[in-house]
Amino acid sequence: MQKPIDREPHWLTRPATIRKLWWGFGMVLALTVIAQFAIPIEGHFGLDRLFGFNAWYGFIACAAFILVAKAIGFLLKRPDTYYESRVEDEA
Amino acid sequence: MSLLHPGLILLLGGLLLGALPTRGRTAVILVLPLASLAALWALPEGVLWHGEFLGVAVAPLVVDKLSRLFATIFAIMAFGGGLFALRQQSRLEVPAAYIYAGSAISVVLAGDLATVFVFWELMAIGSTLVIWSAGNEAAWRASRRYFSIHLLGGVLLFAGVTGHLVQTGDLLFTRIALDSPAQWLILAGFLLNAGAPPLSAWLPDAYPEASWSGMVFLSAFTTKTAVYVLLRGFPGTELLIWVGLFMAMYGIIYALLENDMRRILAYSIVNQVGFMIVGIGIGTEMALNGAAAHAFTHILYKALLLMSAGAVLYQTGKRKCTDLGGLFRTMPLTCICGIVGALAISSFPLTSGFISKSMISEAAAHEHLAVVWYLLAAGSAGVFLHAGIKFPWFVFFQRDSGLRPSDPPWSMRIAMILLAAACIGLGVLYEPLYALLPYAVDYQPYTAPHVLTYLQLLLFSGLAFFVMLNFLRRTLTISLDVDWFYRVPAQTFVRGFEQLLASVRAQFGAALSAVGRRTNRVLDHWIGAEGELARTMSTGRMAFWLVVMLAGYLVTAYW
Repeated sequence: MQKPIDREPHWLTRPATIRKLWWGFGMVLALTVIAQFAIPIEGHFGLDRLFGFNAWYGFIACAAFILVAKAIGFLLKRPDTYYESRVEDEA
Repeated sequence: MSLLHPGLILLLGGLLLGALPTRGRTAVILVLPLASLAALWALPEGVLWHGEFLGVAVAPLVVDKLSRLFATIFAIMAFGGGLFALRQQSRLEVPAAYIYAGSAISVVLAGDLATVFVFWELMAIGSTLVIWSAGNEAAWRASRRYFSIHLLGGVLLFAGVTGHLVQTGDLLFTRIALDSPAQWLILAGFLLNAGAPPLSAWLPDAYPEASWSGMVFLSAFTTKTAVYVLLRGFPGTELLIWVGLFMAMYGIIYALLENDMRRILAYSIVNQVGFMIVGIGIGTEMALNGAAAHAFTHILYKALLLMSAGAVLYQTGKRKCTDLGGLFRTMPLTCICGIVGALAISSFPLTSGFISKSMISEAAAHEHLAVVWYLLAAGSAGVFLHAGIKFPWFVFFQRDSGLRPSDPPWSMRIAMILLAAACIGLGVLYEPLYALLPYAVDYQPYTAPHVLTYLQLLLFSGLAFFVMLNFLRRTLTISLDVDWFYRVPAQTFVRGFEQLLASVRAQFGAALSAVGRRTNRVLDHWIGAEGELARTMSTGRMAFWLVVMLAGYLVTAYW
């Protein structure tokens, strides 16, 4: 396999760029919430009428998915040679 | 009676393709799906082929809006997959894929359950051959598990269809009421192919073992044909809402745990089909339109994602996130196309996923299904998490793996560019797709609040991903699934049973030969070479016994 030949890190991977990207991302996030003052989102039920519902709900839902996956992984994760090693045992 | 059946064009063409020499193939590979598409659009709506089979009316070619929609996307997908697979060395894969795709088109154009069943089984054979053509041990083993599960599905379906025929006296494929076990068996057979619980595991188990181009074909047909038959047979069946929600959540959780980039995408097929099945379960016109539209757009963006992953596999030979990373440097086109697919699957505004999936959530809101709506919203966020960011991040960014592969050959690039254009095109110009949907569409996806809703939901999901990146670090692991039951305990059981059988056989044999030996000894004693009855007697002894006998005779004669 080829070895890396670049002399200096790609501009996208420089810490300064990554810092700027985080700032940019943060501002876009803030904008999407602030925009709700100008563009009211009508909820369908109860909770989703709260301000910024989709923002915090999206964040919490994803955090919950990650934590649940972590917990399930604790029970169900196996080395990725799990089935292959069984095949070898049989052979 | 029209002679040209779009499905059979592709199916028979696939059979012929297998016999063609490698040189003449390219043109045929590209022309066959287009011919199928042209034949499809030349057909009017209505029952076009009908006849009788075993005294029952059958209709192997019926066209309406729903079947035309699915047959169209299947033909388009066969073309895209064929184009992407032009560099495929296996002579088996594309012919098998065309037999598979042609059978899928024939299922959606079938007006009766007997025809559905026949092509349903041909799909299983075609897709198994596609997995085989990867040509390695893992694919061979996976294909056998895949085929066993699909044979089980076929048996369920056949039993159901037979029972349905006995009860109702006809096989016409219309809405099926869940009146008796027969109809439940049909539903079970359909759901098995959709990747529904409890047997979802066949999909992430088998698909990623196909070749770099094989999985592109596999992602499109089996599960979406299942979505079609559920749409036609079981719309508004409430159970499907919960089955679909389970699939959506299952796909997210397992994809989050997964290290193999193509298995991540396989789990996300289950997740996306889950959304469609929720729509079918809700069963209103808007929900069914949403499910059908989502199947259409899903086929395109999932194929694009798998082409992007296939290109990486083709160029690097690697599939695991732990081996990949930083490929954006030298595979910019593959990376951009992968990101377009990822945005589309996440339903970002201006992509195809946005104009289809949001119809299903909206339908849930219209029906005041609050729990369903909240779970669908969480699921939408989770899609961005497990497929939208995770796939491109770990494959193309993350860290520098040191790999510097270039973009793939041109045929593969063109296929990716076309599909990326379709994903964005459908996101912007959605009216032509809406016009193809089974019911009239009264839905406007691009309203400012709606766009803002999705942007908030998705971007904050992105924030969660990067904030919790440490929890998502890739490890060299797999996650056990239901397939464990038939790969480990069932195998142990069968092996144990074999051992038991062998030992019983051995002991029985030993006992039998002991009896044999004893019998032999007894026989030997009497009639062996030196046996009492068989040995050669001396003349003297014979004379003696003769005298004894004569003496005895004398005594008895004068008694």
